[in-house]
Amino acid sequence: MDLAIQVLILSGLILTGLLVFYLQDLLHSAIAFAAFSFLMSVEFYILQAPDVAIAEAGIGAGLTTAILIKAVRSTTRREFDR
Amino acid sequence: MSKIVSAAADFLYPFVMIFGFYIVLHGHLTPGGGFQGGAVIATGVALMFAAHRYRDIAPIFKKAIFNTCETVGLVLFIGLAFAGLFYGKSFMYNWLARIPGLFGEQVSYGVNPGSLDTGGIIPLLNIAVGLEVLGALSLVIYYLLTYVVQMGVNKHHGQ
Repeated sequence: MDLAIQVLILSGLILTGLLVFYLQDLLHSAIAFAAFSFLMSVEFYILQAPDVAIAEAGIGAGLTTAILIKAVRSTTRREFDR
Repeated sequence: MSKIVSAAADFLYPFVMIFGFYIVLHGHLTPGGGFQGGAVIATGVALMFAAHRYRDIAPIFKKAIFNTCETVGLVLFIGLAFAGLFYGKSFMYNWLARIPGLFGEQVSYGVNPGSLDTGGIIPLLNIAVGLEVLGALSLVIYYLLTYVVQMGVNKHHGQ
């Protein structure tokens, strides 16, 4: 049971990390980063570090997402074509 | 942003703030502490800044409030740490512990029963760090947003 949760969360971390990199719409990328940070916080909680989990949930999922969304709204939303 | 986002942020804001102050005040008993609680409170401030227009939110969250929080937190931390020297002990000596009154109750051995009235100066240091972090992180958000508005780069979004 514990192993299944670990595998699920770690595969979700890899998936959201790839989504942050590959999504072209930067707002979607910011939301994917919030999901990555939330999964990281759950992983910290499962590994019995609730202190770090609170810091990760507060800063990673909350504060960084707000800053990124503000930055996306004040610049361009689409990534430039390569 | 849209009306749905604004209404949801208004609804969530008091819960976020109360949870943050709970983490700060229970820092010596439960996981968390000054930094984590201050970060949660600053997240609530950032939520309000992200969900509302600048001219609606700027008269409520003033820069002077965050500056005052940061300064009071720093001065409180330094003062509490240096107050140990006046008791003839070392820097950051826990001079409030085991003195009945403010946070002075003695902790029993074994599992922590959860009495908030313990810890000496540790809860006060947590409150000082919480004030400092809430002021500093909110100032970061405030300056970012003020820069964005002053540059006028987001004129396409109706702000």
